[in-house]
Amino acid sequence: MRTAVLSDPLDFDGWRKAARRLRLAGVEPDRVKFVVGASLGGLFDVDAALPEVEGAFTAPRAFLDMAAQLIQHRSEDRFELMYRLLWRLKDQPNLMAVLSDRDVAEAADRVKAVRRAAHKMKAFVRFRQAQDEAGERWVAWFEPAHRVLQATAPFFARRFSAMRWSILTPDGAAHWDGTLLTFGPPADQSQAPAEDAVEDFWRTYYASTFNPARLRPQAMRSEMPKRYWKNLPEAGLIPELTAAASVRTDAMVNQPAPTPNDRFQRVRAPVVDRAATDDLIADSLDELARGVQGCHRCPLWRDTTQGVCGEGPRRAALMVVGEQPGDQEDLAGRPFVGPAGRLLDAAFEEAGLDRRDLYLTNAVKHFKHEPRGKRRLHKTPNAGEVEACRWWLDHERSLVKPRLILALGATAGLAVLGRKPAVQTERSRVLTTEDGARVLLTVHPSYLLRLPDPALRAEERSRFLADLTVARHAL
Amino acid sequence: MAQIDLRRKLAVLADAAKYDASCASSGTTKRNSLGGRGIGSTEGMGICHAYTPDGRCISLLKILLTNFCIYDCAYCINRVSSNVERARFTVQEVVDLTLAFYKRNYIEGLFLSSGVIRNGDYTMEQLVEVARRLREDHDFRGYIHLKLIPEADPRLVELAGLYADRLSANIELPRDEALGRLAPEKDARTIRKAMGQVRLKLEEAKPEKRDRKRPPAFAPAGQSTQLIVGADGAPDTEIMARSAALYGGYGLRRVYYSAFSPIPDGSSLLPPTKPPLMREHRLYQADWLMRFYSFTAPEIGEGTDDGMLDLAVDPKLAWALRRREAFPVDVNRAARETLLRVPGLGVKAVDRILSVRRHRTLRLEDVGRLTRSIEAVRPWITALDWTPGGLTDAVDLRARLAPQRKPKQLSLF
Repeated sequence: MRTAVLSDPLDFDGWRKAARRLRLAGVEPDRVKFVVGASLGGLFDVDAALPEVEGAFTAPRAFLDMAAQLIQHRSEDRFELMYRLLWRLKDQPNLMAVLSDRDVAEAADRVKAVRRAAHKMKAFVRFRQAQDEAGERWVAWFEPAHRVLQATAPFFARRFSAMRWSILTPDGAAHWDGTLLTFGPPADQSQAPAEDAVEDFWRTYYASTFNPARLRPQAMRSEMPKRYWKNLPEAGLIPELTAAASVRTDAMVNQPAPTPNDRFQRVRAPVVDRAATDDLIADSLDELARGVQGCHRCPLWRDTTQGVCGEGPRRAALMVVGEQPGDQEDLAGRPFVGPAGRLLDAAFEEAGLDRRDLYLTNAVKHFKHEPRGKRRLHKTPNAGEVEACRWWLDHERSLVKPRLILALGATAGLAVLGRKPAVQTERSRVLTTEDGARVLLTVHPSYLLRLPDPALRAEERSRFLADLTVARHAL
Repeated sequence: MAQIDLRRKLAVLADAAKYDASCASSGTTKRNSLGGRGIGSTEGMGICHAYTPDGRCISLLKILLTNFCIYDCAYCINRVSSNVERARFTVQEVVDLTLAFYKRNYIEGLFLSSGVIRNGDYTMEQLVEVARRLREDHDFRGYIHLKLIPEADPRLVELAGLYADRLSANIELPRDEALGRLAPEKDARTIRKAMGQVRLKLEEAKPEKRDRKRPPAFAPAGQSTQLIVGADGAPDTEIMARSAALYGGYGLRRVYYSAFSPIPDGSSLLPPTKPPLMREHRLYQADWLMRFYSFTAPEIGEGTDDGMLDLAVDPKLAWALRRREAFPVDVNRAARETLLRVPGLGVKAVDRILSVRRHRTLRLEDVGRLTRSIEAVRPWITALDWTPGGLTDAVDLRARLAPQRKPKQLSLF
């Protein structure tokens, strides 16, 4: 049996040196023991007992990272487990990735416990205010589940950098003076202040934020284990709060309906007008926009942000009708502000049209879509939805009375012409409807956006521009 | 009204805020106070500094600025017609309390909400001022979550986003009609517009690769919302559909589900009952399936009865029990998304399986070391030395896998 002596429980360098020599010397894991402290007088010191063996080997990063945390675990045999892994890496260089391996799984469990202890230290340290000759100082007494003080203290330095603080533990103490982090010998509780005036406020908060109707003490204990309670100022309230919970809940459940308090009635906010505006006959574009907001003519309103009404001058000569608002339009409440809108704006400019002179609207005023994770996928509105929404489009047409309507795509064509058009064959020339309206049909700009082939896209774009130019000349 | 002391105010205004389930302090930018004048850090993972006996964590100082309110929402303890004791903090009192708690390591930061007083703008201005003082006067770098008052001016929302890590506006009820009945002064359309505006601002604040100058920060931890469960009769499928629409539409980080809980001085419109905690739990599980397991709301709906999630088994198991033809799945070959659909396998277990199987062919025992409960997984997988045979299609499989306790007892009372 070989025994290696380490200087302290976190002596990673000492372990590393010893383990390297042991592995080079071919000492199998079940013949190695690591002990902490010099009490054995170095008699079994690996340095003394082992011959120097020439050579070197490397250990994977994943192992070193794991070992640096594993050493903080309070188990006695952690050094042996670390050595066993190091030994096995010789023949199985991928061992650390085999999480189903018994040793790797065991090490992973302990590392998890160490990380949890570090996390709980970040959570459960409670500073108390003290004064010394240099002024305000903050001191905490804490008992970590594993030896996580040194690895966790930098967190407190980053967080409380403008405070002078000390964290005292049975394993050692950490001190921060505003610029430098230092470590001292193990401390005891009497060195920390016994109280802090703000703790009464904290306990008040703790008791008030607790909802007795949701009592689940088991869930609390699994996240805030009892071992931490003795150093938590709020934990003293737990028995009392738990005991009184069911009485308080019963009182709430069984209370008679109270008399409403009318003391503040005169400041009460007005009730929202929710009447559906499905049949509103608007005299102005503003009124029409209000009507669209309260429209329940079809169910599309339900999952949208808002109805998106048309915008533009009341007496615009050209009315441009698209399909429906998209994702961006739904959020912003304005038509043609998304990708298709940007393409359209550029095309208008090239065709010599000014967006500010045009009335832009859509066949359908609410965004039809399907949620897919963090996005919404466009869905084409059906004939029923187009028909329901014609109420508003017809209103817009009669208020604006444009000389020409430019219908973008099949849905707009359906809404304007009252029949499903064949866009590619009917486009590019002015059609006259039964009621005498002049309509020019072309593709929707999103069609251009979807074309994958750049050459085809360029070609279709120039056809689209030509249609816009036809529209300009037809005004 | 007589001046009440600060501790009493804290008691009243913490009590008034506790029905908001949101407590997260994660997901914001990494920062610390080194080199600054003040204190505070956020390092990715949120920290729960204490747990109350309801099993909920205390991460933030969650309070209202005031519980005076001009709205009369039946489900809310602070509604205008409630007889609850009223109080109001000054802006400076909230700032001082936050710093005093933070210095003692009680909290990660502040979650500030408020009853609506005078009007939306006035209330929002007060909330923003608290955040501004913390950030600018005290160089506070901890976490701040501000509640949005949906009626407030967009400029105030922009300012709020400049100081806060997270913003939230609560949608409260899955059905607009129910909001009309239970919260007559609230307008679901205004709430959705506010959330839409926040999403547009969040997108503006994301720097494009070619931008040399970074746009001003806006709520780096995004936005969230809350739905009250059990107050308006909406079935679970409707709640999930609403959540899916909210996630898709507003890029929400989280939707919180809050089981409607009896309150002191409750409204006669909502007779008090014990909160449906197990239902709330199942909704959270369903929500996770949508966010991390690529389930859609209609798919989860396949495992429901009359639109309600099974209280006895988790929603993934409920789905799998009705889709047995999709199983068993070979743990040594199946794609990640297929493994994610196996009951009992979480995201971590799946990733471990994928990592290990590059080096080893998995036996059942290996899978057992990578997951919490091999009993739950066994009927749904094949491994090198394991095939479930008739187990996958066993008539009593649900009974075998369901916890032994009755769902009634699982309401955790």
